[in-house]
Amino acid sequence: MEIPYTIQARPDTGVYNAKLGIWLFLASEVMLFGGLFSSYVLLRVGAEPGMWPHGWLDVRLGTANTIILALSAITTLLAWAACKVGQFGKFKFFHACTLLCALAFLGIKSYEYHDKWIHYEIKLNDGTFADGHLVEKSEDFDLAKKTGTVTLHGRIVNDETLLYDLRSQKDIKLDEVTVKAADIKQMENYGPWHNTYLAIYFTMTGLHALHILGGSIVIGFLWGPGRKMWKTNPTQFTNRIEVSGLFWHFVDLVWIFLFPVLYLT
Amino acid sequence: MSEENKNYLSTGDTVKSWLLTTDHKRIGILFLFSILLFFTIAAVAAALMRIELLTPQGDLVHADTYNKLFTIHGVLMVWFFLIPSIPSVLGNFVIPLMIGARDMAFPKLNLLSWYLFIIGGFFAFHAIILGGVDTGWTFYTPYSSAYSNSHVVEMALGIFIAGFGSILTGLNFIVTIQTMRAPGLTWFRLPLFIWSLFATSVILVLATPVLAITLALMSVERIWGIGIFNPKLGGDPVLFQHLFWFYSHPAVYIMILPGMGVVSEVITCFARKKIFGYYFVAFSSVAIAVVGFLVWGHHMFVSSQSIYAGMAFSILSFLVAIPSAIKVFNWTMTLYRGSISFEAPMIYVLSFIALFVIGGLTGLMLATLPVDVHVHGTYFVVAHFHYIMVGGMVTAFMGGLHYWWPKISGRMYPEKLGQLAAIIMFVGFNLTFFPQYILGYLGMPRRVHEYAPEFQIYNVLSTAGASILGVGYLLPLIYLLWSIFYGKRATANPWNATGLEWQTSSPPPKNNFHETPVVTEEPYNYPPLNEIGEITLASNEHK
Repeated sequence: MEIPYTIQARPDTGVYNAKLGIWLFLASEVMLFGGLFSSYVLLRVGAEPGMWPHGWLDVRLGTANTIILALSAITTLLAWAACKVGQFGKFKFFHACTLLCALAFLGIKSYEYHDKWIHYEIKLNDGTFADGHLVEKSEDFDLAKKTGTVTLHGRIVNDETLLYDLRSQKDIKLDEVTVKAADIKQMENYGPWHNTYLAIYFTMTGLHALHILGGSIVIGFLWGPGRKMWKTNPTQFTNRIEVSGLFWHFVDLVWIFLFPVLYLT
Repeated sequence: MSEENKNYLSTGDTVKSWLLTTDHKRIGILFLFSILLFFTIAAVAAALMRIELLTPQGDLVHADTYNKLFTIHGVLMVWFFLIPSIPSVLGNFVIPLMIGARDMAFPKLNLLSWYLFIIGGFFAFHAIILGGVDTGWTFYTPYSSAYSNSHVVEMALGIFIAGFGSILTGLNFIVTIQTMRAPGLTWFRLPLFIWSLFATSVILVLATPVLAITLALMSVERIWGIGIFNPKLGGDPVLFQHLFWFYSHPAVYIMILPGMGVVSEVITCFARKKIFGYYFVAFSSVAIAVVGFLVWGHHMFVSSQSIYAGMAFSILSFLVAIPSAIKVFNWTMTLYRGSISFEAPMIYVLSFIALFVIGGLTGLMLATLPVDVHVHGTYFVVAHFHYIMVGGMVTAFMGGLHYWWPKISGRMYPEKLGQLAAIIMFVGFNLTFFPQYILGYLGMPRRVHEYAPEFQIYNVLSTAGASILGVGYLLPLIYLLWSIFYGKRATANPWNATGLEWQTSSPPPKNNFHETPVVTEEPYNYPPLNEIGEITLASNEHK
């Protein structure tokens, strides 16, 4: 059975079915991320005074990832344009670039996640706080039995709010700090459970990373086994590149919002 | 049977031909049987609750079991029956027929929607078998995310997956209506059922993802103890309510707009008159969909929302009454001087109008801040939304099912039994839910299995009504199944209705139309109009 406008655009609307479909899907996606951004706003305005973190994320890495995604947006566009004018070799090159950008983004993101994972905040029994990246735990370290020591690359502060607003402090000195298990009241890494900022940071960037991953799979498929269609039906293949490209641009756009919201404020 | 004469039912009867079909008509049938299954489970839960409430003491089930019963009832009825009822069953079946198309724009995606629905339903069903969920269908945090000792995550996962099916259905409907209309079928020649489903689809596409993210956040909070909603972890429980109702209030309109579309189709057919005020009825669907996104806060009048927000949401909620009333007035005007006949679909539609008016007006009472503070969390609220969802949507679904049954099955249902069932349902429904308005106004809280003895008389009436309602639902189940095999064969257009779906044979051939129809006139051009056209205002609407 023949479904009209699967490949050719409908003259009065100027779009083919899949293109209209992807735009609607993206509208749906906007609402999905919109829910998360609204949650971010409400959690932020509802946070206790001084307890919303500033400067916890590395702006340099965030900027690098922003540039990488912006580049990938350009290469996606060039790949589509190459298909449009029938230069399949160029398409393969540009699409590979997009894929590499996606993997580079995910690599940097994993590094950032890992950096938070090994970052600990330790409440000590004397009311001070030890905070920093894990260097080592002694072999007999056991929090429950209160034996052994843990070494962090970080600092000890008296006031917990100092750990939250890093941007207002100049020249933070970091050193090796060793803490005895017997002195520890509570020890927790900077995972999503640490506070609401990290909770929403991990869910927002995690969902975004899942979208990058999904997009990479589609792009990888169209670059790899899916490219056979170029021989049989180049117009439809070009449409597929366009539709997947629209999705990819949306994912980039989400990051354009995530970057200032999470890194720069 | 020659290839030419084969219809969509006789083009293959293997299990595979059904499970791998991309024919929108067959997918509609798949949805019909799946939602009937969930309806039955949810109805059994309701019956158990009504039996429990016969006496003031908790003598049939424990409080804990009762909590699980109303959760099962709510979750299954909302997400696995009402939301897919008219859109996925009737919409799937008649949209391409109504617009003169051969199928949906994305037939495979359509089948995927059904599979997502079934997978989601499987998880929900599994959660019930494992011991159920006791949070209520609203999953309020932090109870759901921290304290409830039941299968919350699995149930949420089921709804999450089924939700993706809903999004894809909505997307498919919009693209289909946009691009697959037959030549000459302009926007203002579209049947009003199409307009209402278009508005519904917009809500499905834009609201469902918010539910998805809400349930996802609730689940990650429950699994990993991360602080989004739980105040103990720094989260905001009211945030959950905002997100949940941002979806779930528009979802109410997913559950009523398609019903309104059915009413417009049926009422014109059985009053033999053009719809009064086509443009108003069409655009009121759009208006309800748009304003419906702005009223979620009226579910939160007593949850620490500021009084000014409450006032704004109260006023916005009143606004929804305007397009709703426009529809009711236009339907009433359509009846005026029509030549009305009372076939079963028409009886359903007339009861829809009556019940919707009661449900809608009590909705206005609930949108009024002080009244809501008084009746919040009582049976008044329960009665109100059952008047809209059961009195409205289920009645319209039954009306639509009977109206298009000849097209779907190729057989006529027994008319006398159909009329009887419609009347039984109307009586049973009112007896079930009207006493609940009184109960709520007198202060009986919802979601309890024991109550003060002075409320017993109304509860007995309500349970009695539920039994009658049960008979009302059982009748069509029996005679519709009977009619598939023994019913009188239906002609292509048994109601003498306008609309493209009646121009093809009953049941339609696999590809709907042997020749693509061309539309040259406005919808609902019923013959009697030509005789009295100059007298009625309706005829002047489009001139």
